[in-house]
Amino acid sequence: MKKVTVAKKILDENDKYAFENILFFTEHKKFCLNMISSPGSGKTTILARTINDLKNELKIGVIEGDIQTDLDAERIKETGAPVVQINTEGACHLSAVQISDALKKLPVKDLDLIIIENVGNLVCPSAFELGENGKVVVLSVAEGDDKPAKYPTIFAKSKALLINKIDLLKGGLVDFDIEKAKSDARKLNKAIEIFPVSAKTGEGMADWYDWLKNNSKSI
Amino acid sequence: MHELMVAQNVLAAILDEAAKQNAKPTAAKISCGKLNAINDEALRFAFGAIAKGTSCEGLELEIEHKPIRAHCRKCNVDFDIEESDLKCPQCSSNDFELLGDAPLLLEEIDFQ
Repeated sequence: MKKVTVAKKILDENDKYAFENILFFTEHKKFCLNMISSPGSGKTTILARTINDLKNELKIGVIEGDIQTDLDAERIKETGAPVVQINTEGACHLSAVQISDALKKLPVKDLDLIIIENVGNLVCPSAFELGENGKVVVLSVAEGDDKPAKYPTIFAKSKALLINKIDLLKGGLVDFDIEKAKSDARKLNKAIEIFPVSAKTGEGMADWYDWLKNNSKSI
Repeated sequence: MHELMVAQNVLAAILDEAAKQNAKPTAAKISCGKLNAINDEALRFAFGAIAKGTSCEGLELEIEHKPIRAHCRKCNVDFDIEESDLKCPQCSSNDFELLGDAPLLLEEIDFQ
């Protein structure tokens, strides 16, 4: 019997493309965010509202990741923003090479900000770097305030957390302790920016917009 | 679910090395940081399924989970962080930053 030391990075194929994407964003001076959440947290609604409300201030391009269909891309198209749909055909996350391909189809030069909407999944997408400048995690109040504690990876790795659907908290429709969710997320990630929002009513969105504008312009 | 993709990459890397060594691999060790979210059972299941019919069929996969490193801003010490106890072991402060997570690594392979 013989033992061989290999020490080979297993996801280096993905990391190679992620690095190329980092170079691409640096060279073009573009800010790119990777938006991750469970299915149904409201990522697409947040995006559509953000694009509409910032129409005169930020030019946003979108890469939509879904297992199947172009339903989300159609919703983004209605805003007039450029969008590329990726179908993963069963895969639970986007890979860096898919982003490299999608970037070729976006009018990158005309954009201030590129947002990737990852496949709805709170676990797998957090393990695959796409070359983005930062991750944004979305948690809707209907999912429960225990999610930062139960799914720590994505909260530890994200630059910002949007707590969505806060309109449901009024009248006690949903039991969600917003302070607990915030404090659990900050235990994992002291620097995380937290924005409680309702993409439906627009409540709290202004702070999120300021954060987006500051980051997109500082690059 | 992403374990299938990880398993495909592990299998390819082992088969690559097996071709170089011209020997049958019997066991392999991989390591990853805890933030890589690898489930051992799912990875072994996926690996077993795709290894059928290759020289890796029946290969024993050892998976080591490396602790997450953190840096305390208060007392400036680096430490392994426990998910159940999110504070600095030296000064009990919760003002820390997470340092990079260990990458997924194929460490070593045993050949017949």
